Amino acid sequence: MSMDIDITLTVNGERVAERVEARKSLVDFVRDDLGLTGSHVGCEHGVCGACTMRVDGVIVRGCLMLAAQCDGSHVETIEGLSDSGEVADLQAAFEQRNALQCGYCTPGMLTAAQELLDQAKAKQSVPSRDEIREHISGNYCRCTGYHAIVDAVESVAKARAGVKS
Amino acid sequence: MKPAPFAYKKARSLDEAIALLGENPDARLLAGGQSLIATLNMRLSAPGLLIDINGIGGLDGIAHKGGAVEIGALTRHCAAERSDAVGKHAPLIARAMPFIGHPAIRNRGTLGGSIAFADPAAELPACLLALDGEIDAQGPKGKRTIKAGDYFKGLYETALGPQEILTAIRLPAANAGSRVGFAELARRHGDYAIVGLAASARADGKGLKDVRLAYFGVGNTPLRAEKSEAALVRGDVDGAVAALDLEPHDDIQATGAVKKHLAGVLLRRVAAQLMEQRP
Repeated sequence: MSMDIDITLTVNGERVAERVEARKSLVDFVRDDLGLTGSHVGCEHGVCGACTMRVDGVIVRGCLMLAAQCDGSHVETIEGLSDSGEVADLQAAFEQRNALQCGYCTPGMLTAAQELLDQAKAKQSVPSRDEIREHISGNYCRCTGYHAIVDAVESVAKARAGVKS
Repeated sequence: MKPAPFAYKKARSLDEAIALLGENPDARLLAGGQSLIATLNMRLSAPGLLIDINGIGGLDGIAHKGGAVEIGALTRHCAAERSDAVGKHAPLIARAMPFIGHPAIRNRGTLGGSIAFADPAAELPACLLALDGEIDAQGPKGKRTIKAGDYFKGLYETALGPQEILTAIRLPAANAGSRVGFAELARRHGDYAIVGLAASARADGKGLKDVRLAYFGVGNTPLRAEKSEAALVRGDVDGAVAALDLEPHDDIQATGAVKKHLAGVLLRRVAAQLMEQRP
């Protein structure tokens, strides 16, 4: 039984083929093997959300998936979301409203918030502040106290829906 | 931390997974992995082999048939959360879903995995017990069905044999007389509960009958509070709180005394939910 696994996957639109240790987490794989260090390693047991990334279109904990499980998957990290411009307005709102200080949680926070905003768009609604708080409840921020983050996400939700703040 | 080294094998069928379990006594099944991989990372567990069952076809899906709701083991929490069939026919599960972890966890975690892992502080095992549901399992000797009341044996211990795989859970479908209640207290939304309560009952005139209260986070398994159930059938909420015979231990979140107090608080909330619902 093999301790090393060959995987082929798409990361931020690029095809990647690598041999990985079976025990290697997805977040360690993208950071150490691919040099994509925007996803952060915080608690390594699913509590902090700093490693949040997208696999096959939905957000996951990069520390609670194995790279070996991602054979054939489409993985998107903050680098991909950032380069494509998908979260450009969120990034600008975070900056404008001081929704980050040290920035450690920010990639995970942006990726989680983007999923909520996508869901809201599909339902043609604007999430309430409580819904925003609930959606980012799995992402710890130790600097901001969350208020500015909720402000930033709310302002983008309204802007995307064409509602005046 | 990083997990201890292990081998990884993707099973293509239930039979293959069952055979692999037989050949590798130190193997663990990997479903959503949202509890298992955390315990591996913390080195609370160090299996020699992970058997990934995510690629096995036919183990997910939600079906309403024959007065029951059947949920395949690999159904992810997010799918149950958005399911109209769950909302309509398994309203207790629908109520519990938002409390299970966080969105990123619910996108990966599976209902079967939660029931198989049997964390005593988790929501779904208690829901299954409150609903008097059933567990389908398959092993080398074939298939069998286990009642929820016979399934939870101890801390992370279930009636599943070493080579058995949980394939589905089955819940009685709700109808006009069904009543359900759910509440939990946690320090942060989505974290494991300090105390939680899942309940089901049937309307009986203006009162209730067949009340089933299943607490979680207060013992080694989800626990029924049968004396309190009987008091609620009499319509006596104060009596139900007084009759709570739980003896929770102190843990990292709260002392046993606090947990017991909170169990009474939750009982009042859930009793109100059970009584206020109208068909």
